[in-house]
Amino acid sequence: MNMEDGLSLTLGLPGRAESDKEPNMSCFKNSNNNKRSQPETNDARSESNGSSAAKEAGMDSAPAAKSQVVGWPPVRNYRKNNVQAKKTESESGMYVKVSMDGAPYLRKIDLKVYKGYSELLKALENMFKLTIGVYSERDGYKGSEYAPTYEDKDGDWMLVGDVPWEMFMVSCKRMRIMKGSEAKGLGCNV
Amino acid sequence: MTDSGSTDPTRIPSLPEVFLKRTFSLINSTSDRNSLSLVCKDWYNYERLTRRHVSIRNCYAVTPEIVAARFPAIRSVSLKGKPRFSDFNLVPEDWGADIQPWLSVFVTAYPLLEELRLKRMSVCDDSLEFLAMNFDAFKALSMLSCDGFSTIGLEAIATHCKNLTELDIQENGVADVGGDWLSFFPENLTSLEVLNFANLGNEVSFDVLESLVSRSKSLRVLKVNQKVSLDQLRKLLVLAPQLTELGTGTFSGDLVSSSVNELESAFSKCGNLQTLSGFWDPSLLYIPALYPVCGGLTFLNLSYSVLGADELEQILTHCKLLTRLWVLDTVGDKGLEAVGSHCPLLEELRVYPDDPLDQQSGVSESGLVAVSNGCPKLHYILYFCQRMTNAAIVAVAQNCPNFTHFRLCIMKPHEPDYLTNEPMDEAFGAIVKTCVNLQRLSVSGLLTDLAFEYIGKYAKNLETLSVAFAGNSDAGMEYVMRGCPKLKRLEIRDCPFGDSALLSGLSQCESMRSLWMSACNLTMNGCKKLAQEKAMLNVEVIKDEDGDDSLANKVYVYRTVAGPRKDAPPFVVTL
Repeated sequence: MNMEDGLSLTLGLPGRAESDKEPNMSCFKNSNNNKRSQPETNDARSESNGSSAAKEAGMDSAPAAKSQVVGWPPVRNYRKNNVQAKKTESESGMYVKVSMDGAPYLRKIDLKVYKGYSELLKALENMFKLTIGVYSERDGYKGSEYAPTYEDKDGDWMLVGDVPWEMFMVSCKRMRIMKGSEAKGLGCNV
Repeated sequence: MTDSGSTDPTRIPSLPEVFLKRTFSLINSTSDRNSLSLVCKDWYNYERLTRRHVSIRNCYAVTPEIVAARFPAIRSVSLKGKPRFSDFNLVPEDWGADIQPWLSVFVTAYPLLEELRLKRMSVCDDSLEFLAMNFDAFKALSMLSCDGFSTIGLEAIATHCKNLTELDIQENGVADVGGDWLSFFPENLTSLEVLNFANLGNEVSFDVLESLVSRSKSLRVLKVNQKVSLDQLRKLLVLAPQLTELGTGTFSGDLVSSSVNELESAFSKCGNLQTLSGFWDPSLLYIPALYPVCGGLTFLNLSYSVLGADELEQILTHCKLLTRLWVLDTVGDKGLEAVGSHCPLLEELRVYPDDPLDQQSGVSESGLVAVSNGCPKLHYILYFCQRMTNAAIVAVAQNCPNFTHFRLCIMKPHEPDYLTNEPMDEAFGAIVKTCVNLQRLSVSGLLTDLAFEYIGKYAKNLETLSVAFAGNSDAGMEYVMRGCPKLKRLEIRDCPFGDSALLSGLSQCESMRSLWMSACNLTMNGCKKLAQEKAMLNVEVIKDEDGDDSLANKVYVYRTVAGPRKDAPPFVVTL
């Protein structure tokens, strides 16, 4: 388990007197290399009852010194998303250009409007009238005609879906929908 | 059981069927109808044949076929699906509560269905299209906290529902994929009364919206999303001064084509406005434009607005008739003092957290006490705070003995009274002792079994109880299971309650609608035992991917006449 990034993730709750079950380790599988098995943010399947700091805290935000618990405090996602979106947003929105191989002109989309990868991909499919298919950590968008990629802050071209959504939103400079065959190389582990 | 022809003077002669049916058809209250249906077989029949609306509070408690068989004349259905804790990510995706099986039965049983109100259901675009295309009389769709659909589904509703009066999209996990769904409403649709698309992220074509509002003369509820500018909002108000409820969008930005005075003038023409919401990022400069309507407001929802105490007070000085107020805790205790000072008619207050992790900000016990001092009619409170004291809650209970809904969330788990360091048992004890009409209670903070002893002893009208990070032993839960006869819904997380607590309320379980227990001390054996004892219950365990197979980490128990779920995903095991 990778703890070197300085996040002090605790599994127990503060002041918890009774000690019951072993903490579920599956949530930390995901936090290891900043990757997740599915691009969707709200997947609770692999989470334990206890803390899931990897999910609750933004991956690259301030250290989660307080342990964060799934679903606590009990505030609906809708409300959390709205309040937090305001904090990170600028007045003008998070617009990025999207190009598609073979299309004569580019489009622009506001990343803030989408709550996660599946919404973004659905929107791209709708906008460009194509199918993108299902993302898998191992094979990328293998089998799809098209694969969405993006240029990150370092100038590298990455496959959409590899990093947590919040991290993607802040690091994506622009997007390019590549033909599936060309995107093969990007599907591998970086 | 009918009495026709009896000469016994003590028996009531039966009334003509036509008369009874006609009378019953005028009765709308479900509880009255339930009572009627118990009188005798004939009345049961007249009631079921004349019922127009059915509320199904747990979609797995009954099958659509059973509903259709009993009530053939339904025009309006409310359905609730997932357990409430799914709102907080405790229920995995693909758990169920799909609307489609219901629609598939309704299409033959209720072809004239007019209204569908859904909460925590899974609704996909295909289902929305199915609904739109197969129910010619369909009028009203309301979805709250649902998921699985996108604006493509809304396009289908807009296109095909020729008699649409209501489209209410609230707090859902809806994907806005663009495509300008609003433009799919035909030009000749003029029947809209309710349009709420505050939930959606993308811009809609303003020309289309303007035209729709302009021709919908019966429009009374309009809640726009954050992409509608202040200028646009002003134009809409001019077109629809008859509105009773308005969602303002962000209420921010610059008024480009008009002035504050013109905005104020537009508001002043809205004499029927009773509810205001939206305000996602309100420009304080334009808040005064609201003052003309504040005097008539009964419900003000500022729970998305980062406002300070002074800003809130400025608004509230104009809102004397307010009965319901929702705010963010950025208003602080000082803001709540203003609530106590200016809103004597207040009945409901909700204080939501802006930043749950920031322990320095937010509200504390003094704000709540201030409200209780100034608002004796308060009966509904939802309060997120960082710290609380027993003494404060005791005072609140004395000031406001009429609480029906008391939901207190001290945001740090296991947090004691911060002045005395004692558990918060006495606080909730005071509430249940004093507030005899208490229907709903959410507890928090450091609590021992004593708190539950109080609840079991005094909360005789309690119907919903939410518990988290509380209690010492099985005894806690046992007090509640044995002591609260009207308990319908019990949801528990992260408490040291085990199998014997679960089994202590066997008789209670059947009169309850549902029980949720997660991260407690339940085992598969205990759950199996419950399942064996009570055939009318579905005892479902949601399996973790990893974790000990003998433990039951997430358990959902509910009464049902439908038998075990046929659509359960692999991770839901019915015992």
